[in-house]
Amino acid sequence: MEDAGFILGGYALTFGVIALMAWNVLRRGRRLADQIPDDEKYWT
Amino acid sequence: MTTTDPSRTSESATSGGTARRAGTGTTGTRILGIATIVVMGWLVAFGLGFSPQDRDQGESVRLLYMHVPTIWIAYLAFIVTAIASAVYLLTKKHSLGWDRLAGASAEVGTAFVGVTLVIGALWGRLTWGVFWQWDARLTTTALLFITYVGYLAVRRLEGSHEQRARRSAVIGLLAVLLLPLVHFSVELWRSLHQTASINNPGSDVKMDGLMLFSLFVGVVAFTLFYLWIVMHRTRVMAMEDLMDDHGLDAALAARHAEATDSHARGQTPGVTLAPSDITEGTD
Repeated sequence: MEDAGFILGGYALTFGVIALMAWNVLRRGRRLADQIPDDEKYWT
Repeated sequence: MTTTDPSRTSESATSGGTARRAGTGTTGTRILGIATIVVMGWLVAFGLGFSPQDRDQGESVRLLYMHVPTIWIAYLAFIVTAIASAVYLLTKKHSLGWDRLAGASAEVGTAFVGVTLVIGALWGRLTWGVFWQWDARLTTTALLFITYVGYLAVRRLEGSHEQRARRSAVIGLLAVLLLPLVHFSVELWRSLHQTASINNPGSDVKMDGLMLFSLFVGVVAFTLFYLWIVMHRTRVMAMEDLMDDHGLDAALAARHAEATDSHARGQTPGVTLAPSDITEGTD
């Protein structure tokens, strides 16, 4: 069952990195968004 | 550098309690985000469940559905970085939007090369018996990772936004030259790593249909995630640049106020006279 540990570990690592990147970018976005008027945000 | 009224920042910061300001999300990113989660769910189902074992590699082939899409995203991300860098340098406007796109894309690409290396090491342990070999493909991929870590480090150097954009655009254009070396390393040198299964010269695909479909689901899932995160990251970068500009504007406004105040009191701005200087001057 060594294979299962490596395979599940690989999947967990990949989805962990993705979740971390997503959480980090959303957190920074929310923090900065409160300090900048909406009319200065080109996407609004 | 864009300058804006610094008073607006402090005003907005203090009045933030009434209505929440718009974040980096839009309808488009929300749809993209939901699609990414759905396709990632399919990827897990196909990668760990529906796709069959490999005749030679057994269950370890399931790492293929993480390993190949992550390096695909890294290639895509670095090509986007190079194109955005070229557009920044070559257009007359030198829009910082291209610089932010290049930076955001390189961040995602670097993270995904790191994931590719680790998953490759796990897969190598299962199939080759070792985590690492100084093989041509592995070594050039490690070099690619280090190069883009350097690119990201250069983006954090001191200087104006324009200086950051110019420096990193040049490096972004040079660094992408490593991609053909990485991709063709298995053809150029004798390598432990296998040659391309799909994108090979004869387009001779020797994969089970369900395995190929699972791989396709992986590529789609990671591409959707790439688009989603790059959109959010470029918006965060735009706000970070605005905050920098606001900070500079506030510092300039404070300096201007100090100079005006000093002028009104008949002093040279920035020079504070001691009482003894004044008494000496009146003699």
